[in-house]
Amino acid sequence: MGEVLFFVAGIGAVAGAIGVVAVRNPFYSVLALVSHLVCLAALFLLLRAEFVAAAQVVVYAGAVMVLYVFVVAYIGGQDEPLGPRAGHGLKLASAVFGGLLFVELSIATLGSGLSLIDSGGEIVQPSFGSPAEIGELLLTKFLLPFEVASFLLLIAAVGAVVLARRRGGLTRAEEQAQYTAMDVLRSSYTGTMAEAVGGPHALPKPAASGIDAAPGHERAAAAAAERAEPGAPPTASPSEGDEA
Amino acid sequence: MDIGWFLVVSALIFTIGAAGVLTRRSPLVVLLCLELMLNAANLALIAFARMHGNHDGQIFAIIVMVVAACEVTVGLGVIVAMHRRRLPIDVDEMQELQG
Repeated sequence: MGEVLFFVAGIGAVAGAIGVVAVRNPFYSVLALVSHLVCLAALFLLLRAEFVAAAQVVVYAGAVMVLYVFVVAYIGGQDEPLGPRAGHGLKLASAVFGGLLFVELSIATLGSGLSLIDSGGEIVQPSFGSPAEIGELLLTKFLLPFEVASFLLLIAAVGAVVLARRRGGLTRAEEQAQYTAMDVLRSSYTGTMAEAVGGPHALPKPAASGIDAAPGHERAAAAAAERAEPGAPPTASPSEGDEA
Repeated sequence: MDIGWFLVVSALIFTIGAAGVLTRRSPLVVLLCLELMLNAANLALIAFARMHGNHDGQIFAIIVMVVAACEVTVGLGVIVAMHRRRLPIDVDEMQELQG
């Protein structure tokens, strides 16, 4: 019974992994990874890791994959571009590399001479891997890694929010006049909203658009006046033009 | 089942993940392949925990899952930021860190 379940779950896991790599649509890749994770959870159950299997299904196949699906739907899930840069030589080289890596890993694990590797493992009591045992270990022997992991999760959540937030819209007028370090370091045409609404790095607008009274128009008019009489001192700097 | 069979499956999944990281160009799929490699390592850890009959490998696997979740969160945040800035979603195009 165990052998049958092992082969079914193992083949399912490997097939899911191949599906992740081979399928062109990222959405189907995510679904293949979900099936791979469920099969892997079955393998964990065969190894008497009940809690890890449950956490794998609930956390990985549930929460993390939902996050993936949301991001794929947000990005658009477009297929990969089939550019001419995808050389067959590189793909062949990476396949050869994968084969070599598999051989090396197999030699490293199976040839290690561990005495129990050809057996089913040590004799363990029935409560091995149960949530009670794992929880007791997490709160006694491994308390510090547990807390550090929770802190790492907090940092990652804050970092993701900072990375993916919508870039700030209009700033206050006195803040627009100041140059921050980001304004100096950031080049033009990076698509921020500050460029669109006329910050220190505002893009020049075409003069013929003429629909709205954007600050770019005033700046264009000031530049035109300065071109007309080059001797006159400039009357308004762009930041002052924004405040007007 | 012998522990060695689980290790062979683990090596196979790790190999497939590594080949995927090398061949695919969409950063989403590269992240998925990283997940594959981490899961292969998890399977090996749990197999060794079963072999030795103590729980330390399982705790290690749980911590690896936490780290993988963090990596996914930050990686997807970077991809969403790339998408917002109209940058190409292609790891071959992303060659510099300057935003």
